[in-house]
Amino acid sequence: MKRVITTFALAAAFGLTAAAASAQTLNTVKSRGILNCGSNAGLAGFGLPDAQGNWTGLDVDYCRAIAAAIFDDPTKVKFVPLTAKDRFTSLQSGDVDVLVRNTTWTSSRDTSLGLNFTGVNYYDGQGFMVRKSLKVNSALELNDAAVCVQQGTTTELNLADYFRANKMKLKTVTFASADETTKAYDAGRCDAFTTDASGLYSERLRLAKPDDHVVLPEIISKEPLGPSVRHGDDQWFDIVKWVHFALINAEEMGITKANVNEMLKSENPDVKRLLGTEGAYGEQLGLTKDWAVRIIKHVGNYGEIFERNVGQGSPLKIARGLNALWTKGGLQYAPPVR
Amino acid sequence: MSEPTPTTEAEVRTELASMDPEHGVAYVRDVPVESLPPPAGETGALAWLRRNFFATPLDSALSIGVILLILWVVPPIIKFTLIDAVWTGTDREACLVTAARPEVGACWAFVDERLAYFVYGSYPIPERWRVDVFFAMLAIGVFWLLRLSAPRRDLGAFYFFVILPVASYILLKGFPAIGLPTVDTSLWGGILVTIVVATVGIVCSLPIGILLALGRRSRMPAVKLFSVIYIEFVRGVPLITVLFMASVMLPLFVPEAWSPDKLLRALVGIAMFASAYMAEVVRAGLQAIPKGQYEGAMAVGLGYWQMMRLIILPQALKITVPNIVNTYIGLFKDTTLVFIVGIFDLLKTIEAARIDPKWATPVTSTTGYVFAAIFYIIFCYGMSRYAKNIEARLARADRR
Repeated sequence: MKRVITTFALAAAFGLTAAAASAQTLNTVKSRGILNCGSNAGLAGFGLPDAQGNWTGLDVDYCRAIAAAIFDDPTKVKFVPLTAKDRFTSLQSGDVDVLVRNTTWTSSRDTSLGLNFTGVNYYDGQGFMVRKSLKVNSALELNDAAVCVQQGTTTELNLADYFRANKMKLKTVTFASADETTKAYDAGRCDAFTTDASGLYSERLRLAKPDDHVVLPEIISKEPLGPSVRHGDDQWFDIVKWVHFALINAEEMGITKANVNEMLKSENPDVKRLLGTEGAYGEQLGLTKDWAVRIIKHVGNYGEIFERNVGQGSPLKIARGLNALWTKGGLQYAPPVR
Repeated sequence: MSEPTPTTEAEVRTELASMDPEHGVAYVRDVPVESLPPPAGETGALAWLRRNFFATPLDSALSIGVILLILWVVPPIIKFTLIDAVWTGTDREACLVTAARPEVGACWAFVDERLAYFVYGSYPIPERWRVDVFFAMLAIGVFWLLRLSAPRRDLGAFYFFVILPVASYILLKGFPAIGLPTVDTSLWGGILVTIVVATVGIVCSLPIGILLALGRRSRMPAVKLFSVIYIEFVRGVPLITVLFMASVMLPLFVPEAWSPDKLLRALVGIAMFASAYMAEVVRAGLQAIPKGQYEGAMAVGLGYWQMMRLIILPQALKITVPNIVNTYIGLFKDTTLVFIVGIFDLLKTIEAARIDPKWATPVTSTTGYVFAAIFYIIFCYGMSRYAKNIEARLARADRR
């Protein structure tokens, strides 16, 4: 038996190194003709099938943007829905080329799982929702409150930390699933409900009277969500990273899905460099000159993606907040193309 | 007439004795007394109720309990699914509580909008006719095989076990050479996947299970050892583990180009798993056949396979029909576990759709699950009814 285990361990180690050493992800993707994208199996605003069975969402649009940059065709993506448990294994084993599945960037994940985060496509954080009738304006007024939270999540730990740090008394009411937690809050079993802010907005729609509830301004944890790729292929890492930067830069320069063709005639040197009418920045990435044009033409800029999936254009109506451009008081900032 | 008519035997005797014996036996009556109607308390609805519901104090308590339970459970279900239900609408607004509609039941408008997704998953819309053709072919095959009065059932078997699998594969997966574009299995979903997985599991598990059961009772050590190890190993791990291994661990060991399709991996996993269970069910049947049957078969000179095919298996399978169907029903519901490896079966498509903020209401999730429940009840009850028919038909042989 021991020998069997050793053999398995060796095979696993070999398999992992073999996957990590295959540095030619771009070539593999090109020859396969389709991008394998690890996505969420169902999260409002981030990855969800619509009535026709097409995937939609913020993370989904990132996959489409990468495919558009490579193939000039946003439909050349195979979405591989992954659970929270098997997402990293799938990326390590080469089952997916890139993982865009609302994954929080943490030091341990970045260093010990054999993967690299390429950026932050959504700054999330844990927030609170309370009834308007409670007349609470800040999470710091929640002393002695009963808080509904899902069991065994980092959310539960953050909650305890926050209350302890602010010397407030806490009564947690825990549930196994997100559904139960929402139902219990709706039924009045607790004063406040906590989960990631993006989740608060989607769960609020599920309540009997969504307008009677308000999301408090405090964000008590940092949940930077971003795409990740395998270790060992810097070219592929650069591509995924710069697709994100291209989306941000496009928004900053005011290039949209609608006006991208007009912008090709722009005399602005920044715009010319991004859209490839000047220089060979796309080729340096291993893509084509018009890589950014392809992305914007097919999926739009970051702002368009945001508004369409989670912002004002969607039922969630999440405010830009931290995800606004740096020029508008947010954190989304991209290095220049030059 | 004041003299009472004799009724008891003793009275009749005394009366007879009091008559003149010279004239022989004389009958007092030559028509039988009309039988009295049963006492009022033993007939009619009241008596039926008393006999069936309130025969003893315990019965009464149980009956009242059950009736109360039904009254407690059924009306709210009917109210939710039918009376308060919302039948039409285009988004969540239709199923929200408003002043005009204080109670909202099932949001069938949601199921209606997403029905195509629940049936086909992400299967490309222009190609969905292929799925319809597959469903029709499968239905024909099932009826042909299962209806005893159907003509040429030997042809039916050939159709079901040879033509249907090949045709379905070409139809669903695609065959560009004849103008059917390839549809990747990652796009399959909903009822299509549930039916495909369940059918493959059900069809493969019986023959493999029979072989494994025979192997386990074989005198050949190698065959026996293999069967025992296979059955005990596969039965000893949870289905989720088998699926997870097949879908996540396999690619670690083989190059990407060799790694089989994800759905195929799940199909093989389920078929393997179901076969191990089926093997034990069949073995139970084999062991229930008296030794004399084996000896008799051998005595008339039948070889091993003839003995099994003609004498043992027909009897063994007959007594295991309830267990086989039990395994099938369990398998049918176990197919939902394929969602673990990212395959969207019916339940998973419902799970994904109910999260959509477009339809986010307090009743959306419940409605989705009620829909899933109806689907599973129809199929499982259908299987169970058919099994009951088979049992009744086979039992006729025993009554002779």
